[in-house]
Amino acid sequence: MKKTLFDKIWDQHVVDERQDGSSLIYIDRHLVHEVTSPQAFEGLRTSNRRLRRPDLTLAVADHNVPTENRINGIKDDIARIQVETLEKNVKEFEVPYIPLMDSRQGIVHVIGPEQGFTLPGCTLVCGDSHTSTHGAFGALAFGIGTSEVEHVFATQTLIQKKPKTMLINVTGDLSLGVTAKDIALGIIKKLGTSGGTGYVLEYAGNAISNLSIEGRMTLCNMSIEAGARAGLVAPDAKTYDYIKNRPMSPKGEIYDKALADWKLLPTDKGAVFDKVINIDGSLLDPHLTWGTSPEDVLSINDVIPNPEDIDKESLKNAMQDSLDYMGLKPGQSFSDIKIDKVFIGSCTNSRIEDLREAAVIAKGRKVADGVHAMVVPGSGLIKMQAEKEGIADILIEAGFDWREPGCSMCLGMNPDQLKPKERCASTSNRNFRGRQGRDGRTHLVSPGMAAAAAIYGHFVDVRKFN
Amino acid sequence: MKSFNKLTGIIASMPQVNIDTDAIIPKQFLKTIERTGLGKHLFHEKRYDQNNILNNSFVLNKKPWNKAKMIVAGDNFGCGSSREHAPWALLDFGISCIISTSFADIFYNNCFKNGVLPVILKEEIVDEISDLAEQGIEISIDLEEQQLIAQNKLYKFDIDPYRKHCLLNGLDDIGITLENKVTIDAYEEKLESKGWHKPENF
Repeated sequence: MKKTLFDKIWDQHVVDERQDGSSLIYIDRHLVHEVTSPQAFEGLRTSNRRLRRPDLTLAVADHNVPTENRINGIKDDIARIQVETLEKNVKEFEVPYIPLMDSRQGIVHVIGPEQGFTLPGCTLVCGDSHTSTHGAFGALAFGIGTSEVEHVFATQTLIQKKPKTMLINVTGDLSLGVTAKDIALGIIKKLGTSGGTGYVLEYAGNAISNLSIEGRMTLCNMSIEAGARAGLVAPDAKTYDYIKNRPMSPKGEIYDKALADWKLLPTDKGAVFDKVINIDGSLLDPHLTWGTSPEDVLSINDVIPNPEDIDKESLKNAMQDSLDYMGLKPGQSFSDIKIDKVFIGSCTNSRIEDLREAAVIAKGRKVADGVHAMVVPGSGLIKMQAEKEGIADILIEAGFDWREPGCSMCLGMNPDQLKPKERCASTSNRNFRGRQGRDGRTHLVSPGMAAAAAIYGHFVDVRKFN
Repeated sequence: MKSFNKLTGIIASMPQVNIDTDAIIPKQFLKTIERTGLGKHLFHEKRYDQNNILNNSFVLNKKPWNKAKMIVAGDNFGCGSSREHAPWALLDFGISCIISTSFADIFYNNCFKNGVLPVILKEEIVDEISDLAEQGIEISIDLEEQQLIAQNKLYKFDIDPYRKHCLLNGLDDIGITLENKVTIDAYEEKLESKGWHKPENF
């Protein structure tokens, strides 16, 4: 039978099939961070259970960590206790851990691939919905809750119902200035935030194979914003090149053996998906959100929508509510919308390629008066590389605030937050109400669009800079 | 885990679509290392104004819904972040059943791990229940019978049999899986032969 990439990974990981149709699935890799793990470790302790495979687990603190003056430690007592709890737990259960002051520290979804922990054909989970990121390598990767974290700790397995498959075929060449982020937002525009619920997405087509590994991570990262727990891209030569010689990836003969296995993973010709969606990438413009859900998304040349154009009363009211929250008026152009903050970072867009994209725009220019623009690299290693490449200097020279790695203002668990009514051009993944700070106004954009907005003080089409 | 069998109580209507887990329990409360005590922060930004004063127009702050045991909500309830703090906060407030047309996957899973019953019903039924909820009436849910009774009207709902069994009996998933230890051991032995399964030391 012809199989999809997903089918192959799934079939290889079924430990046991249960009478009710669910399966016990083996988990090859488990990433752990400070926010969703303490109760799971505590659960092990109270039931007197051991952590079955610490050697398949990797922990790092990222959500709560300060992005400046880190040397002084974490000021917020509750946040500090959470990080200290992680440190205590990894010691007790012998889990490999990257400490806060280590240059390899960073966002869990950045360091997994960077360290070679993420591999094609693996199942990978983490107590974080953006675990879908790792699907860029052809790994079946999805977010889980804390009870499931504990389940993986104790059993290295999860009970799962087999999801359906959806092929998202993106063809055509992207125009210059249009990025993986715009593909992701374009897909969410088409699917809505629940269109992918119950599915694993596979992204394919020449626009996807032309993406860098970083771009594929951006795309897979936002699968969850379309409702899908996982997104996948078939591994290819770019994937294998990226993985080779990473600290935790296979070496020598073992690498060759792994490579032979990985090459069997891509979807067979003629394999059937439950649903297929086609998108012409050459027609995509830079995208950005206007409202309070990732599906509230438009092209830069569109105008703010009018609730009066909507028939259904409840949806009309919801749109008006979002516009009120965002402080926007129907018919407004994006170029008329002034911004206060810029955030370049998060597990969506904080990798070296993203920072390069921002630096191209920022080079020789200045951040507009009154705008605070922050760049938070995804890991210490990316920060170092950006400093070596001169990217950091370009950004600092342009007036960007160059920070230390972490999740930062993507969710504002640390001090990096929006004040009420502040408007932010953000490269993160969620524009929910209050996400970046109470009553803060988030517009999701690509790194290039964020940098361009920083320079102009309002949204502009990044293609102006081409 | 707490078992779930029957429940009768007030139901709060929150007809908005896409109610996300950030709204259910905002980030500043995720710093806890406990599962309990989150009820007072449930829907924090809707329940309290910036000065922490109760917002009297929000449904869960109004009588009788301040004692609600259930919520009826719009599409895609629980979307966004995987935080299990969302069902913990609901449960701690006293809500152990959510009715909607659809749920986000991770939230839906998380409910079952905590004795919270998510019920999926058709839009017209959800709308009917929502109208009744706004009148402040009590409704009853019987998981064993897979039915919901509101003002003498009976609605049937579907649920996965394994999840139903676990909820009814308050069963711990991990305990059940560990009964399968031999199968997991055998799978792992097979894995070793792949050669590249374990990460290199870093």
